[in-house]
Amino acid sequence: MNGLCATGVSLALGNQPILCSVDLALRRGEVTAIVGPNGAGKSTLMTCLAGLRRPDRGGVSLDGLALSTLKHRERARRIGYLPQAPEIAWRLDVETFVRLGRTAHRGVFGESPDDAAAVARALDATGMTAFTDRDVTTLSGGERARVLIARVLAGEPDWLLADEPLTGLDPRHQLDAAQTLRAFAEAGGGVAVTLHDLSFAAQAADRVVVMADGAVIADGAPAQALSPETLARAYGIDARWVPGARGPLLDILGRHD
Amino acid sequence: MSEANEGKTLWLDLGLLVLLAVLAGLSLLAGRVWIPLNHLGDANDPRWLIVTELRIPRTLLGILVGGALGLCGATLQGYTRNPLADPGVLGVSSMAAFGAVLTLYLPLTAATWLMPVFGMAGAGVGVAILLLLGAPSGEAVTFLLAGVILNTIASAGVALALSLAPNPWAASEIMTWLMGSLTDRSILDVRAITPFVLIGGAILLTTGRSLDALTLGETGARALGISLRRTQILVAVGVGLACGAATSVTGMIGFVGLITPHLLRPFIGARPSRLLIPSALAGASLLLAADILVRVTPGANEVRLGVAMAALGGPFFLFLLISNRRRLA
Repeated sequence: MNGLCATGVSLALGNQPILCSVDLALRRGEVTAIVGPNGAGKSTLMTCLAGLRRPDRGGVSLDGLALSTLKHRERARRIGYLPQAPEIAWRLDVETFVRLGRTAHRGVFGESPDDAAAVARALDATGMTAFTDRDVTTLSGGERARVLIARVLAGEPDWLLADEPLTGLDPRHQLDAAQTLRAFAEAGGGVAVTLHDLSFAAQAADRVVVMADGAVIADGAPAQALSPETLARAYGIDARWVPGARGPLLDILGRHD
Repeated sequence: MSEANEGKTLWLDLGLLVLLAVLAGLSLLAGRVWIPLNHLGDANDPRWLIVTELRIPRTLLGILVGGALGLCGATLQGYTRNPLADPGVLGVSSMAAFGAVLTLYLPLTAATWLMPVFGMAGAGVGVAILLLLGAPSGEAVTFLLAGVILNTIASAGVALALSLAPNPWAASEIMTWLMGSLTDRSILDVRAITPFVLIGGAILLTTGRSLDALTLGETGARALGISLRRTQILVAVGVGLACGAATSVTGMIGFVGLITPHLLRPFIGARPSRLLIPSALAGASLLLAADILVRVTPGANEVRLGVAMAALGGPFFLFLLISNRRRLA
């Protein structure tokens, strides 16, 4: 099967089940938002899709090949992963930091002109070209989010998996980041992004996957997947969708008792 | 800035090579007996014997040991993402010292080469224990904790072995192993450790890409295609060989591995791979400089190299802690 697919993925940490038989097929050219309450298993699913965690049962395949059979570098070249709370251990300048995204492409003799060009494109796509000399640990939240996305884009992967990349960003920076992800998908890549802002997910994604208690409980177009019934089941809230200028807005009515 | 940094690294490497050459030259001349420059190489001068028998081996050892410690320090700081990491932290130095002091229990007529061999065997056992304890998870924290435990046990073992040793020179050996020294080493010592230091160093130089990726943490590095297990094995074996061999002939010399990467970061940035070669060159220069100072310091007895390094390193360590605290405040 083409695409990045999870089939019957189950995973437990100790006796605690985290993922329960999850089936999910990501498609190229599409932005998929994965939403759900805290502890629903979104981040764990993302690490399984990125090939960083092996499920107890089931598996993840990339264009029909089991992800676990790919070499580390091959997997890293094809799947770009942005973790939820990325660590930056050293005070690097922005360009050096973004160049880390080329790690899986670097040969024995270091970086090639192709690497430099990919880094320049990633900096340009995220509007960070003017920041190349800045210390990455001194950037504002919005600049930092852009640089983190630029690092993944520099690897020129086929798939971009971003775990809560918009958390903590102001609305303007959220829009910028969403636009970057959209451009990646329009260029033929596949995007999966975990989000907490449901209105934003409804507006920015082509498809929404709702998770609760480690399982996928809805998967489809935003209007269909984020139905009031699904929201009541997943989040325990009563809510309705109201029209907004850019798309539907979630109006939370209260707890669903 | 990155390309500028690459240029800076090249210039720094060249500068450090020149500095090392100057210090190596000075190391041949300096000491209680100064050799005039115009008498260097004069085989008829009785002082030439001092140069060939004592100072050439001492200088070569200083370069090898300082280079090994500097490189190990830069590697370990990159691997653990901890600017306070040092070869001693992993317990490899103390395991090497422990192996070496066990030879005091052998008959006095035992061959002199046994001590370095036992030292490297001790380092090898230390690395094996580290891998056994730290490798299953592949995480730096587990590895570091395993090192701290090993260091504590091995240091206690060194003290115990020396206290119980049936050897009249045990007291002076305590000084050597715990405080380190390049005194009275021969070209045989240089020959014994050179292959191990070079092989260990070469292994560590291959870890640059992984160390860079670890800037993003372990999950980030794995996402970039790095095998944490492989990196851990390379770091452990490389440090075991280079640092273990170095310690087996000089005893424990601290702070070289800690200080050198810190001295270099302001010039070439913090990218771990870029620090490896300069740290080896700077570590060699630092140890040679300290050894020259030790030799020319007036006094009845030569100040131990480990003491000199600790005198330099202690305040530096304190400065580092204070500046880190200010930065985090």
